[in-house]
Amino acid sequence: MRKVAIIGAGMTRFGERWDKGFRDLVTEAGTQAITDAKLSGEEISAGYVGTMASGSLVGQEHAGALIADYMGLDPIPITRVEGACASGSLALRQGVLAVASGLHDIVVVGGVEKMTDLDTAAVSQILGGAGDQEWELFMGATFPALYAFMARRHMHEYGTTEEMLASVAVKNHQNGAKNKYAQFQREITMEQALNAKMVADPLKILDCSPITDGAAAVVLAPLDMATSYTDKPIDIVASEQASGTLALHDRESLTSIDAAKIASQRAYKKAGIAPQDVDVAEVHDCFTIAEVVATEDLGFFAPGKGGPAALEGKTKLDGEIAVNTSGGLKATGHPVGATGVKQVCEVTWQLRGDAGERQVKNVETGLTHNVGGSGATAVIHLYKRGY
Amino acid sequence: MKESISLTWRRIPERYKMEGTHCTTCDAHYFPPRGICPKCRRKGKIQPFEFSGNGKIYSFTEIHAAPAGFENQVPYVMAIVELDEGTRCTGQIVDATRDDLKIGDPVEGTFRKILSDDPEGPIHYGFKFRLKND
Repeated sequence: MRKVAIIGAGMTRFGERWDKGFRDLVTEAGTQAITDAKLSGEEISAGYVGTMASGSLVGQEHAGALIADYMGLDPIPITRVEGACASGSLALRQGVLAVASGLHDIVVVGGVEKMTDLDTAAVSQILGGAGDQEWELFMGATFPALYAFMARRHMHEYGTTEEMLASVAVKNHQNGAKNKYAQFQREITMEQALNAKMVADPLKILDCSPITDGAAAVVLAPLDMATSYTDKPIDIVASEQASGTLALHDRESLTSIDAAKIASQRAYKKAGIAPQDVDVAEVHDCFTIAEVVATEDLGFFAPGKGGPAALEGKTKLDGEIAVNTSGGLKATGHPVGATGVKQVCEVTWQLRGDAGERQVKNVETGLTHNVGGSGATAVIHLYKRGY
Repeated sequence: MKESISLTWRRIPERYKMEGTHCTTCDAHYFPPRGICPKCRRKGKIQPFEFSGNGKIYSFTEIHAAPAGFENQVPYVMAIVELDEGTRCTGQIVDATRDDLKIGDPVEGTFRKILSDDPEGPIHYGFKFRLKND
Protein backbone atom coordinates (compact mmCIF):
# COMPACT_ATOMS: atom_id res chain seq x y z
CA MET A 1 0.00 0.00 0.00
CA ARG A 2 1.24 3.50 -0.85
CA LYS A 3 1.42 6.34 1.65
CA VAL A 4 -1.24 8.97 1.04
CA ALA A 5 -0.97 12.73 1.52
CA ILE A 6 -3.28 15.73 1.53
CA ILE A 7 -2.11 18.28 -1.04
CA GLY A 8 -4.99 20.74 -0.88
CA ALA A 9 -7.81 21.77 1.43
CA GLY A 10 -10.72 24.21 1.24
CA MET A 11 -14.14 24.90 2.68
CA THR A 12 -17.05 27.29 2.47
CA ARG A 13 -18.13 29.50 5.27
CA PHE A 14 -20.47 27.41 7.45
CA GLY A 15 -23.79 28.84 8.56
CA GLU A 16 -27.31 29.61 7.41
CA ARG A 17 -26.31 30.03 3.79
CA TRP A 18 -29.62 31.17 2.33
CA ASP A 19 -27.66 32.57 -0.60
CA LYS A 20 -26.22 29.22 -1.68
CA GLY A 21 -27.69 25.91 -2.80
CA PHE A 22 -26.34 22.37 -2.50
CA ARG A 23 -24.37 22.45 -5.75
CA ASP A 24 -23.05 25.99 -5.12
CA LEU A 25 -21.62 24.99 -1.75
CA VAL A 26 -19.93 21.80 -2.88
CA THR A 27 -18.43 23.37 -6.01
CA GLU A 28 -17.11 26.34 -3.98
CA ALA A 29 -15.32 24.03 -1.52
CA GLY A 30 -14.06 21.74 -4.28
CA THR A 31 -12.69 24.64 -6.28
CA GLN A 32 -10.87 25.99 -3.23
CA ALA A 33 -9.26 22.63 -2.49
CA ILE A 34 -8.19 22.11 -6.11
CA THR A 35 -6.80 25.67 -6.28
CA ASP A 36 -4.96 25.12 -2.99
CA ALA A 37 -3.39 21.98 -4.51
CA LYS A 38 -2.34 24.03 -7.58
CA LEU A 39 -4.01 21.56 -9.93
CA SER A 40 -5.46 22.36 -13.33
CA GLY A 41 -8.12 19.70 -12.76
CA GLU A 42 -6.91 17.37 -15.54
CA GLU A 43 -4.82 15.41 -13.00
CA ILE A 44 -7.83 14.32 -10.96
CA SER A 45 -8.91 10.76 -11.71
CA ALA A 46 -11.64 10.07 -9.12
CA GLY A 47 -13.72 11.63 -6.38
CA TYR A 48 -15.67 10.65 -3.28
CA VAL A 49 -18.32 12.77 -1.59
CA GLY A 50 -20.03 12.39 1.76
CA THR A 51 -23.57 13.63 2.24
CA MET A 52 -25.96 12.14 4.75
CA ALA A 53 -29.37 13.19 3.56
CA SER A 54 -29.34 15.28 0.41
CA GLY A 55 -32.39 13.35 -0.81
CA SER A 56 -34.47 14.25 2.24
CA LEU A 57 -33.04 17.73 2.80
CA VAL A 58 -33.04 19.10 -0.74
CA GLY A 59 -34.66 16.31 -2.77
CA GLN A 60 -31.40 15.64 -4.61
CA GLU A 61 -29.92 12.15 -4.76
CA HIS A 62 -27.17 11.14 -7.21
CA ALA A 63 -24.80 13.65 -5.63
CA GLY A 64 -21.69 12.11 -7.20
CA ALA A 65 -22.92 12.66 -10.74
CA LEU A 66 -24.13 16.17 -9.93
CA ILE A 67 -20.73 17.14 -8.54
CA ALA A 68 -18.75 15.63 -11.44
CA ASP A 69 -21.01 17.58 -13.80
CA TYR A 70 -20.98 20.94 -12.00
CA MET A 71 -17.28 20.78 -11.11
CA GLY A 72 -16.53 20.20 -14.79
CA LEU A 73 -14.93 16.89 -13.90
CA ASP A 74 -16.92 14.59 -16.21
CA PRO A 75 -16.21 11.78 -17.04
CA ILE A 76 -14.20 10.88 -13.92
CA PRO A 77 -16.04 8.62 -11.44
CA ILE A 78 -17.37 10.38 -8.35
CA THR A 79 -19.01 8.18 -5.75
CA ARG A 80 -21.28 9.25 -2.92
CA VAL A 81 -20.80 7.52 0.44
CA GLU A 82 -23.11 7.73 3.45
CA GLY A 83 -22.58 6.97 7.11
CA ALA A 84 -24.82 9.55 8.75
CA CYS A 85 -22.72 12.26 10.48
CA ALA A 86 -19.55 10.31 9.62
CA SER A 87 -20.20 10.51 5.86
CA GLY A 88 -17.38 13.04 5.33
CA SER A 89 -14.71 10.88 6.96
CA LEU A 90 -15.99 7.84 5.14
CA ALA A 91 -15.49 9.72 1.88
CA LEU A 92 -11.93 10.56 2.97
CA ARG A 93 -11.29 6.92 3.84
CA GLN A 94 -12.54 5.78 0.41
CA GLY A 95 -10.19 8.30 -1.17
CA VAL A 96 -7.28 7.12 0.98
CA LEU A 97 -7.95 3.48 0.02
CA ALA A 98 -8.17 4.38 -3.67
CA VAL A 99 -4.81 6.19 -3.63
CA ALA A 100 -3.08 3.74 -1.26
CA SER A 101 -4.07 0.79 -3.45
CA GLY A 102 -2.57 2.39 -6.55
CA LEU A 103 -5.93 2.53 -8.34
CA HIS A 104 -5.88 6.34 -8.53
CA ASP A 105 -3.20 9.00 -8.07
CA ILE A 106 -5.02 12.30 -7.59
CA VAL A 107 -8.38 12.05 -5.83
CA VAL A 108 -10.72 14.79 -4.64
CA VAL A 109 -12.77 14.20 -1.48
CA GLY A 110 -15.74 16.33 -0.49
CA GLY A 111 -18.43 16.60 2.13
CA VAL A 112 -21.59 18.69 1.88
CA GLU A 113 -24.96 19.27 3.48
CA LYS A 114 -27.61 21.86 2.71
CA MET A 115 -29.91 21.85 5.74
CA THR A 116 -31.68 25.19 6.14
CA ASP A 117 -34.18 24.85 3.29
CA LEU A 118 -36.46 22.94 5.72
CA ASP A 119 -37.83 23.87 9.15
CA THR A 120 -36.24 22.61 12.36
CA ALA A 121 -38.84 19.90 13.12
CA ALA A 122 -38.41 18.41 9.65
CA VAL A 123 -34.60 18.52 9.90
CA SER A 124 -34.73 16.90 13.36
CA GLN A 125 -36.82 14.10 11.96
CA ILE A 126 -34.39 13.52 9.09
CA LEU A 127 -31.38 13.54 11.43
CA GLY A 128 -33.23 11.02 13.60
CA GLY A 129 -32.69 8.60 10.75
CA ALA A 130 -29.05 8.41 11.85
CA GLY A 131 -30.34 6.40 14.82
CA ASP A 132 -32.82 3.54 14.76
CA GLN A 133 -35.90 4.88 13.01
CA GLU A 134 -38.26 2.13 14.19
CA TRP A 135 -37.06 1.72 17.77
CA GLU A 136 -35.78 5.13 18.83
CA LEU A 137 -37.27 7.83 16.60
CA PHE A 138 -40.74 6.28 16.31
CA MET A 139 -40.94 6.09 20.10
CA GLY A 140 -40.36 9.84 20.34
CA ALA A 141 -36.60 9.99 20.92
CA THR A 142 -34.64 12.79 19.25
CA PHE A 143 -30.91 12.95 18.65
CA PRO A 144 -30.42 15.28 21.62
CA ALA A 145 -32.38 12.70 23.67
CA LEU A 146 -29.94 9.93 22.76
CA TYR A 147 -26.96 12.03 23.83
CA ALA A 148 -28.92 13.10 26.92
CA PHE A 149 -29.16 9.39 27.84
CA MET A 150 -25.37 9.24 27.57
CA ALA A 151 -24.94 12.43 29.59
CA ARG A 152 -27.28 11.29 32.37
CA ARG A 153 -25.43 7.98 32.62
CA HIS A 154 -22.02 9.72 32.57
CA MET A 155 -23.19 11.94 35.43
CA HIS A 156 -24.49 8.89 37.32
CA GLU A 157 -21.33 6.81 36.90
CA TYR A 158 -18.63 9.49 37.14
CA GLY A 159 -20.16 12.59 38.71
CA THR A 160 -19.83 14.64 35.52
CA THR A 161 -21.64 17.97 35.98
CA GLU A 162 -23.60 20.37 33.80
CA GLU A 163 -20.78 22.93 34.34
CA MET A 164 -18.26 20.49 32.88
CA LEU A 165 -20.44 20.03 29.80
CA ALA A 166 -21.01 23.79 29.49
CA SER A 167 -17.25 24.39 29.63
CA VAL A 168 -16.92 22.42 26.38
CA ALA A 169 -19.35 24.81 24.66
CA VAL A 170 -17.62 27.89 26.11
CA LYS A 171 -14.22 26.66 24.90
CA ASN A 172 -15.47 25.74 21.42
CA HIS A 173 -17.08 29.16 21.01
CA GLN A 174 -13.74 30.77 22.02
CA ASN A 175 -12.08 28.84 19.20
CA GLY A 176 -14.92 29.48 16.76
CA ALA A 177 -14.57 33.21 17.40
CA LYS A 178 -11.11 32.91 15.78
CA ASN A 179 -12.34 30.98 12.72
CA LYS A 180 -13.58 32.94 9.70
CA TYR A 181 -15.42 29.85 8.43
CA ALA A 182 -17.41 29.28 11.65
CA GLN A 183 -21.18 29.69 11.96
CA PHE A 184 -20.81 31.28 15.40
CA GLN A 185 -17.82 33.61 15.51
CA ARG A 186 -18.57 34.82 19.02
CA GLU A 187 -17.87 33.77 22.57
CA ILE A 188 -20.47 32.66 25.09
CA THR A 189 -20.30 32.71 28.89
CA MET A 190 -20.71 29.81 31.28
CA GLU A 191 -23.88 31.50 32.59
CA GLN A 192 -25.38 31.69 29.12
CA ALA A 193 -24.60 28.02 28.51
CA LEU A 194 -26.05 26.90 31.85
CA ASN A 195 -29.19 29.02 31.56
CA ALA A 196 -29.96 28.24 27.93
CA LYS A 197 -33.29 26.74 26.91
CA MET A 198 -33.66 23.05 27.71
CA VAL A 199 -33.68 20.69 24.71
CA ALA A 200 -33.37 17.21 26.25
CA ASP A 201 -32.54 17.32 29.92
CA PRO A 202 -29.69 17.77 30.90
CA LEU A 203 -28.70 19.09 27.45
CA LYS A 204 -29.57 22.69 26.73
CA ILE A 205 -29.53 24.50 23.40
CA LEU A 206 -25.90 25.61 23.92
CA ASP A 207 -24.89 21.97 24.48
CA CYS A 208 -26.07 21.19 20.95
CA SER A 209 -24.44 21.71 17.57
CA PRO A 210 -26.60 23.76 15.20
CA ILE A 211 -28.27 23.12 11.86
CA THR A 212 -25.85 24.34 9.21
CA ASP A 213 -25.20 24.62 5.49
CA GLY A 214 -21.67 24.08 4.24
CA ALA A 215 -19.14 22.05 2.33
CA ALA A 216 -15.47 21.13 2.62
CA ALA A 217 -13.00 19.36 0.34
CA VAL A 218 -9.47 18.01 0.24
CA VAL A 219 -7.24 16.67 -2.51
CA LEU A 220 -5.22 13.46 -2.03
CA ALA A 221 -2.07 12.24 -3.77
CA PRO A 222 0.51 9.52 -3.19
CA LEU A 223 3.01 10.95 -0.66
CA ASP A 224 5.94 10.35 -2.99
CA MET A 225 4.31 12.52 -5.69
CA ALA A 226 2.95 15.14 -3.28
CA THR A 227 5.87 17.54 -3.24
CA SER A 228 5.47 18.17 -6.96
CA TYR A 229 2.19 19.93 -6.06
CA THR A 230 2.82 21.45 -2.63
CA ASP A 231 5.68 22.28 -0.28
CA LYS A 232 3.59 21.18 2.67
CA PRO A 233 1.91 17.81 2.10
CA ILE A 234 0.19 16.26 5.10
CA ASP A 235 0.78 12.55 5.57
CA ILE A 236 -2.30 10.51 6.54
CA VAL A 237 -0.58 7.98 8.81
CA ALA A 238 -3.68 5.99 9.75
CA SER A 239 -7.25 5.58 8.51
CA GLU A 240 -9.50 3.33 10.56
CA GLN A 241 -13.24 2.70 10.75
CA ALA A 242 -15.37 0.60 13.11
CA SER A 243 -19.07 -0.16 13.61
CA GLY A 244 -21.28 -0.49 16.68
CA THR A 245 -24.98 -1.17 17.24
CA LEU A 246 -27.37 1.16 15.42
CA ALA A 247 -29.51 1.81 18.51
CA LEU A 248 -27.98 3.32 21.60
CA HIS A 249 -29.97 1.03 23.92
CA ASP A 250 -28.15 -2.03 22.53
CA ARG A 251 -24.72 -0.80 23.68
CA GLU A 252 -23.12 -2.42 26.67
CA SER A 253 -22.04 1.01 27.95
CA LEU A 254 -23.59 4.43 27.40
CA THR A 255 -20.55 6.27 28.75
CA SER A 256 -18.24 5.48 25.86
CA ILE A 257 -18.53 4.70 22.16
CA ASP A 258 -16.92 1.32 21.50
CA ALA A 259 -16.57 1.86 17.76
CA ALA A 260 -14.53 5.03 18.38
CA LYS A 261 -12.37 3.30 20.98
CA ILE A 262 -11.65 0.36 18.69
CA ALA A 263 -10.98 2.49 15.60
CA SER A 264 -8.64 4.80 17.55
CA GLN A 265 -6.71 1.93 19.14
CA ARG A 266 -6.18 0.42 15.69
CA ALA A 267 -5.11 3.81 14.32
CA TYR A 268 -2.61 4.42 17.12
CA LYS A 269 -1.16 0.95 16.60
CA LYS A 270 -0.92 1.37 12.83
CA ALA A 271 0.87 4.71 13.14
CA GLY A 272 2.99 3.82 16.17
CA ILE A 273 1.57 6.81 18.00
CA ALA A 274 0.36 7.07 21.62
CA PRO A 275 -2.64 9.22 22.61
CA GLN A 276 -0.25 11.51 24.50
CA ASP A 277 1.59 12.26 21.22
CA VAL A 278 -1.48 13.91 19.69
CA ASP A 279 -1.20 17.73 19.66
CA VAL A 280 -4.46 18.74 17.97
CA ALA A 281 -7.66 16.75 17.71
CA GLU A 282 -10.87 17.58 15.91
CA VAL A 283 -13.50 15.45 17.65
CA HIS A 284 -17.18 14.91 16.98
CA ASP A 285 -18.85 17.26 19.51
CA CYS A 286 -22.38 17.05 18.10
CA PHE A 287 -23.27 17.60 21.79
CA THR A 288 -20.99 18.70 24.62
CA ILE A 289 -21.18 15.26 26.25
CA ALA A 290 -19.90 13.78 22.99
CA GLU A 291 -16.63 15.75 23.30
CA VAL A 292 -16.19 14.59 26.90
CA VAL A 293 -16.77 10.97 25.85
CA ALA A 294 -14.49 11.39 22.81
CA THR A 295 -11.55 12.66 24.86
CA GLU A 296 -11.91 9.57 27.06
CA ASP A 297 -12.43 7.10 24.20
CA LEU A 298 -9.36 8.49 22.42
CA GLY A 299 -7.24 7.92 25.52
CA PHE A 300 -6.47 11.60 26.20
CA PHE A 301 -8.04 11.27 29.65
CA ALA A 302 -9.10 8.29 31.79
CA PRO A 303 -12.78 7.29 31.79
CA GLY A 304 -14.69 9.82 33.90
CA LYS A 305 -11.90 12.42 33.72
CA GLY A 306 -12.94 14.06 30.46
CA GLY A 307 -15.41 16.39 32.17
CA PRO A 308 -12.99 17.70 34.84
CA ALA A 309 -10.29 18.07 32.14
CA ALA A 310 -12.59 20.29 30.05
CA LEU A 311 -13.52 22.38 33.09
CA GLU A 312 -9.84 22.82 34.03
CA GLY A 313 -8.99 24.08 30.53
CA LYS A 314 -6.82 21.10 29.55
CA THR A 315 -8.42 20.99 26.08
CA LYS A 316 -8.01 24.68 25.24
CA LEU A 317 -5.69 25.98 22.50
CA ASP A 318 -2.86 26.26 25.03
CA GLY A 319 -3.88 23.22 27.09
CA GLU A 320 -2.39 19.71 27.34
CA ILE A 321 -4.14 18.76 24.12
CA ALA A 322 -5.94 21.25 21.90
CA VAL A 323 -9.37 19.81 21.13
CA ASN A 324 -11.58 21.27 18.42
CA THR A 325 -9.37 24.21 17.52
CA SER A 326 -11.81 25.03 14.69
CA GLY A 327 -14.64 25.57 17.17
CA GLY A 328 -15.84 22.02 16.70
CA LEU A 329 -19.30 21.12 15.51
CA LYS A 330 -20.64 23.36 18.28
CA ALA A 331 -19.34 26.70 16.98
CA THR A 332 -18.18 25.99 13.43
CA GLY A 333 -21.54 24.37 12.74
CA HIS A 334 -22.49 20.87 11.67
CA PRO A 335 -23.48 20.49 8.02
CA VAL A 336 -23.62 16.76 8.60
CA GLY A 337 -21.87 15.34 5.53
CA ALA A 338 -19.32 18.18 5.47
CA THR A 339 -18.20 17.89 9.09
CA GLY A 340 -15.75 15.02 8.67
CA VAL A 341 -13.98 16.80 5.81
CA LYS A 342 -13.96 20.13 7.67
CA GLN A 343 -12.15 18.36 10.50
CA VAL A 344 -9.47 17.27 8.02
CA CYS A 345 -9.12 20.84 6.68
CA GLU A 346 -8.58 22.18 10.20
CA VAL A 347 -5.94 19.58 11.11
CA THR A 348 -4.22 20.21 7.76
CA TRP A 349 -4.03 23.95 8.50
CA GLN A 350 -2.80 23.33 12.05
CA LEU A 351 -0.03 21.00 10.83
CA ARG A 352 1.01 23.43 8.09
CA GLY A 353 1.03 26.34 10.54
CA ASP A 354 -1.73 28.11 8.60
CA ALA A 355 -4.38 28.28 11.36
CA GLY A 356 -3.94 31.98 12.08
CA GLU A 357 -5.16 33.24 15.45
CA ARG A 358 -6.07 29.76 16.59
CA GLN A 359 -2.71 28.20 15.64
CA VAL A 360 -1.41 25.77 18.25
CA LYS A 361 2.36 25.85 18.81
CA ASN A 362 4.63 22.97 17.77
CA VAL A 363 2.00 20.78 16.19
CA GLU A 364 3.52 17.45 15.12
CA THR A 365 0.55 15.09 15.19
CA GLY A 366 -3.15 15.59 14.44
CA LEU A 367 -6.23 13.40 14.83
CA THR A 368 -9.78 13.49 13.51
CA HIS A 369 -12.64 11.63 15.20
CA ASN A 370 -15.91 11.54 13.26
CA VAL A 371 -18.93 9.66 14.56
CA GLY A 372 -22.12 8.62 12.78
CA GLY A 373 -25.39 8.56 14.68
CA SER A 374 -25.04 7.86 18.38
CA GLY A 375 -21.86 5.85 17.69
CA ALA A 376 -22.80 3.17 15.13
CA THR A 377 -20.02 4.35 12.81
CA ALA A 378 -16.70 5.81 13.92
CA VAL A 379 -13.85 6.94 11.69
CA ILE A 380 -10.43 7.93 12.99
CA HIS A 381 -7.58 9.43 10.98
CA LEU A 382 -4.09 10.37 12.18
CA TYR A 383 -1.88 12.93 10.44
CA LYS A 384 1.74 14.09 10.45
CA ARG A 385 3.65 16.52 8.32
CA GLY A 386 4.82 14.87 5.10
CA TYR A 387 7.75 17.28 4.67
CA MET B 1 -42.58 11.04 8.30
CA LYS B 2 -45.94 9.37 7.87
CA GLU B 3 -45.80 5.67 8.50
CA SER B 4 -47.38 3.34 5.97
CA ILE B 5 -50.32 1.17 7.02
CA SER B 6 -48.46 -2.00 6.04
CA LEU B 7 -45.50 -1.07 8.27
CA THR B 8 -47.84 -0.32 11.16
CA TRP B 9 -49.62 -3.65 10.63
CA ARG B 10 -46.33 -5.58 10.37
CA ARG B 11 -45.12 -4.21 13.69
CA ILE B 12 -48.28 -5.01 15.69
CA PRO B 13 -46.88 -8.03 17.61
CA GLU B 14 -43.78 -6.08 18.67
CA ARG B 15 -45.49 -2.82 19.48
CA TYR B 16 -48.69 -4.14 21.08
CA LYS B 17 -47.41 -7.21 22.95
CA MET B 18 -43.67 -6.52 23.16
CA GLU B 19 -43.00 -9.66 21.18
CA GLY B 20 -39.26 -10.01 20.79
CA THR B 21 -37.04 -13.01 20.15
CA HIS B 22 -35.08 -15.54 22.17
CA CYS B 23 -32.01 -17.44 21.03
CA THR B 24 -32.38 -20.94 22.46
CA THR B 25 -28.73 -21.70 21.67
CA CYS B 26 -27.23 -19.07 24.01
CA ASP B 27 -30.38 -18.09 25.96
CA ALA B 28 -30.11 -14.40 25.00
CA HIS B 29 -33.33 -12.37 24.70
CA TYR B 30 -33.77 -9.66 22.08
CA PHE B 31 -36.15 -6.75 22.21
CA PRO B 32 -36.40 -5.09 19.75
CA PRO B 33 -36.41 -8.49 18.02
CA ARG B 34 -33.47 -9.73 15.99
CA GLY B 35 -33.69 -12.40 13.32
CA ILE B 36 -30.01 -13.29 13.73
CA CYS B 37 -28.38 -13.80 17.13
CA PRO B 38 -25.20 -11.66 16.90
CA LYS B 39 -23.42 -14.01 19.34
CA CYS B 40 -24.30 -17.35 17.69
CA ARG B 41 -25.03 -16.16 14.14
CA ARG B 42 -25.93 -19.23 12.01
CA LYS B 43 -25.71 -21.59 15.01
CA GLY B 44 -28.39 -19.57 16.81
CA LYS B 45 -31.99 -20.78 17.02
CA ILE B 46 -34.30 -17.76 17.15
CA GLN B 47 -37.84 -18.14 18.55
CA PRO B 48 -40.52 -15.51 19.22
CA PHE B 49 -40.65 -14.46 22.87
CA GLU B 50 -43.17 -12.24 24.63
CA PHE B 51 -41.55 -9.87 27.11
CA SER B 52 -43.13 -9.08 30.48
CA GLY B 53 -42.60 -5.33 30.07
CA ASN B 54 -41.04 -5.16 33.54
CA GLY B 55 -37.68 -3.51 33.96
CA LYS B 56 -35.62 -0.71 35.47
CA ILE B 57 -34.68 2.74 34.28
CA TYR B 58 -31.13 2.64 32.91
CA SER B 59 -31.04 6.28 31.77
CA PHE B 60 -33.64 8.98 31.12
CA THR B 61 -34.29 12.44 29.72
CA GLU B 62 -37.09 14.96 29.46
CA ILE B 63 -37.64 16.16 25.89
CA HIS B 64 -38.52 19.82 25.34
CA ALA B 65 -37.88 20.02 21.58
CA ALA B 66 -39.91 17.32 19.86
CA PRO B 67 -39.64 15.78 16.42
CA ALA B 68 -42.54 16.09 13.97
CA GLY B 69 -45.62 14.34 15.34
CA PHE B 70 -44.72 14.73 19.02
CA GLU B 71 -44.99 18.53 19.32
CA ASN B 72 -48.23 18.38 21.35
CA GLN B 73 -46.67 16.06 23.96
CA VAL B 74 -43.78 18.25 25.19
CA PRO B 75 -42.33 18.06 27.69
CA TYR B 76 -42.29 14.28 27.82
CA VAL B 77 -40.04 11.84 29.56
CA MET B 78 -38.16 9.05 27.79
CA ALA B 79 -35.95 6.32 29.15
CA ILE B 80 -33.71 3.48 28.16
CA VAL B 81 -35.26 0.63 30.12
CA GLU B 82 -33.32 -2.46 31.12
CA LEU B 83 -35.91 -5.25 30.82
CA ASP B 84 -35.96 -8.07 33.39
CA GLU B 85 -35.09 -10.56 30.63
CA GLY B 86 -31.75 -8.78 30.20
CA THR B 87 -32.01 -6.50 27.18
CA ARG B 88 -32.70 -2.78 26.81
CA CYS B 89 -35.14 -0.70 24.79
CA THR B 90 -36.19 2.95 24.41
CA GLY B 91 -39.64 4.16 25.38
CA GLN B 92 -41.67 6.92 26.98
CA ILE B 93 -42.38 7.03 30.69
CA VAL B 94 -45.99 8.14 31.20
CA ASP B 95 -47.54 10.01 34.14
CA ALA B 96 -44.16 11.31 35.35
CA THR B 97 -41.83 14.28 35.06
CA ARG B 98 -38.06 14.13 35.26
CA ASP B 99 -38.17 14.96 38.98
CA ASP B 100 -40.09 11.73 39.66
CA LEU B 101 -37.37 9.55 38.14
CA LYS B 102 -34.00 8.18 39.05
CA ILE B 103 -31.76 5.58 37.51
CA GLY B 104 -32.71 2.12 38.82
CA ASP B 105 -36.42 2.85 39.40
CA PRO B 106 -38.65 -0.15 38.53
CA VAL B 107 -41.11 0.29 35.65
CA GLU B 108 -43.79 -1.79 33.93
CA GLY B 109 -45.00 -1.79 30.35
CA THR B 110 -48.29 -0.15 29.40
CA PHE B 111 -50.22 -0.01 26.13
CA ARG B 112 -50.67 3.54 24.83
CA LYS B 113 -51.11 5.74 21.80
CA ILE B 114 -47.68 6.69 20.42
CA LEU B 115 -48.74 9.26 17.83
CA SER B 116 -51.15 9.99 15.02
CA ASP B 117 -49.06 11.48 12.26
CA ASP B 118 -51.88 11.87 9.75
CA PRO B 119 -55.40 13.07 10.64
CA GLU B 120 -56.78 10.83 7.87
CA GLY B 121 -54.57 7.83 8.66
CA PRO B 122 -54.19 5.21 11.36
CA ILE B 123 -53.41 6.00 14.99
CA HIS B 124 -50.15 4.31 16.00
CA TYR B 125 -50.26 2.43 19.30
CA GLY B 126 -47.51 0.69 21.18
CA PHE B 127 -45.77 0.16 24.49
CA LYS B 128 -44.70 2.83 26.93
CA PHE B 129 -43.65 2.45 30.55
CA ARG B 130 -44.85 3.73 33.92
CA LEU B 131 -43.26 3.74 37.35
CA LYS B 132 -44.18 0.71 39.45
CA ASN B 133 -45.72 1.70 42.74
CA ASP B 134 -45.18 -1.06 45.25
